[in-house]
Amino acid sequence: MSKIHFAAKLKRQLLFDRIFHKVTWFFTFVVFALLAALIGSLIIGSIPTIKAFGFDFLVSADWNPVTEKFGALVPIVGTLITSMIALSIGIPVSFGIALFLTELSPPWLRRPLGTAIELLAGIPSIIYGMWGLFVFAPLFAQYIQPWLQDTLGQVPGIGFLFEGSFMGIGMLSAGIILAIMVIPFIAAVMRDVFEIVPPMLKESAYAFGATTWEVIWHVVLPYTKIGVVGAIMLGLGRALGETMAVTFVIGNAHQLHTSLFMPGNSIASALANEFTEADGELYTSALIELGLILFFITFVVLAFSKILLVQLKKREGTAT
Amino acid sequence: MISIYTRRRIVNAINLTFSILAMAFGLFWLFWILFTLFEKGLGGISIATFTQMTPAPGSTGGLLNAIAGSLAMVTLATLIGTPVGIMAGTYLAEYGQRGWLAPVTRFINDILLSAPSIVIGLFVYTVYVAKMGHFSGWAGALALSLIVIPVVVRTTEDMLRLIPDSLREAAAALGAPQWKIVTLVTWRASKVGIMTGVLLAIARISGETAPLLFTSLNNQFWNADMNQPMANLPVVIFQFAMSPYENWQELAWTGALLITLSVLGLNIAARFFLRKQALAN
Repeated sequence: MSKIHFAAKLKRQLLFDRIFHKVTWFFTFVVFALLAALIGSLIIGSIPTIKAFGFDFLVSADWNPVTEKFGALVPIVGTLITSMIALSIGIPVSFGIALFLTELSPPWLRRPLGTAIELLAGIPSIIYGMWGLFVFAPLFAQYIQPWLQDTLGQVPGIGFLFEGSFMGIGMLSAGIILAIMVIPFIAAVMRDVFEIVPPMLKESAYAFGATTWEVIWHVVLPYTKIGVVGAIMLGLGRALGETMAVTFVIGNAHQLHTSLFMPGNSIASALANEFTEADGELYTSALIELGLILFFITFVVLAFSKILLVQLKKREGTAT
Repeated sequence: MISIYTRRRIVNAINLTFSILAMAFGLFWLFWILFTLFEKGLGGISIATFTQMTPAPGSTGGLLNAIAGSLAMVTLATLIGTPVGIMAGTYLAEYGQRGWLAPVTRFINDILLSAPSIVIGLFVYTVYVAKMGHFSGWAGALALSLIVIPVVVRTTEDMLRLIPDSLREAAAALGAPQWKIVTLVTWRASKVGIMTGVLLAIARISGETAPLLFTSLNNQFWNADMNQPMANLPVVIFQFAMSPYENWQELAWTGALLITLSVLGLNIAARFFLRKQALAN
């Protein structure tokens, strides 16, 4: 009697096991299906512009809703340039912060300072945008831009980047605001990877008489290069897709300029500004294709960083 | 001639000074931004902020409908996103060693995690808003839940993986079926960590503006119907800050202060829980 009872109980538990497995599988499949649907809907949405303009969409700088001529060159260039500015400022500063937090800071200061940097990452991007437009841009136009023009603007070869009037908003301001935004992301990851370096490695270098900088440059950095590249890619991904911070300060003009002082546009801010006002199938479709391009660029960055990390790991495997 | 030794020391000193300056540079922005928010936003906080609707240009009012709308959408998004995220994260951690779905989903989840939030808004617009023909609070909540899911999936998987296998084996040796091992042992052991993931996700969506622009849009009036366009703090801040009206800009700063304080509060709470989990392990 009790034997049958136990068998039934066991059977029920096995059934629950199967159900639980299937349920978790189902939700995982939902996550998988969501991304497939996301890509699918973007592709379907951009079919009208792909049909109308084909490859020209990527290389044309026209953007005229009245005559229905659309090209994505200006926002694509704007997105790439602002992200490059952000990274070229953000990488050295984040490296300095991570170095400070792991090697130089007195232990009691480490946690509060680390938390402060992470809080900088938590501030919503719209706040950066508002602050950039109302506080940063006027000061930038009044003090920094004239100074940049007088110094870097006089250097032959790159002087053309700093031409024009001082408006405070534009590609350079957007790039700087983006840099402030990505610094905490990159710095936090760099600090985490610097912390995993075995103390023994560093101590042996110090024992040879290496300076702190030499330990960082020749021991810590080579040991953690995979993580450092990952941190930079994470920052790049953030910068490429950032919408609100850029929308406030980039100027939203569909124009190509050689000067970084001039207004431009990025993919994300073009979407934010124009999508709800877009009328006509072609206009909406052009904006959706912009979204598809942005998604594709961030996808490539992520895939590239993953491949790079795998390769770095492999090479390390053969070297030792 | 400078000796090699002196040169090395000089290089060291220069680079370390740079590092200290970099740290100061980072903190400088944090304090400047916070200072601006308090300076411009604190004066506007009054009882009216929490009891009155968003005003017409030139008249006085508050942010009640925006605060209520934000709370409703964030709550709904969390309620939709959390179970999906926890279940999927559990699958990845507990059953993810075999089969095609786990590695593919892991990769896809990483992409979703770093996908620009405005693209998510675009997606919800094309599959929901365009089909229904109008903006709605539901669409906003859906878009936000798509941001919650990848965060929760990732932290759930990471936290479950931290649980030592010996704990699972001990339960299995007592004859516990796997669903009981997961729900009564591993979930329970990583409860605080998973909670932290949810908190971080809430912090992230509270300040999200981009995905709400094309989904919930905005509403100047009180609205409790999720099928109608819904006011929410981030979009109100965006519209009011970009407007030429002084009273709107003032309200935008007040809203900005409120949103920043709540997001920073959530972040600090998450950090506190995370430390608790680390101690428990």
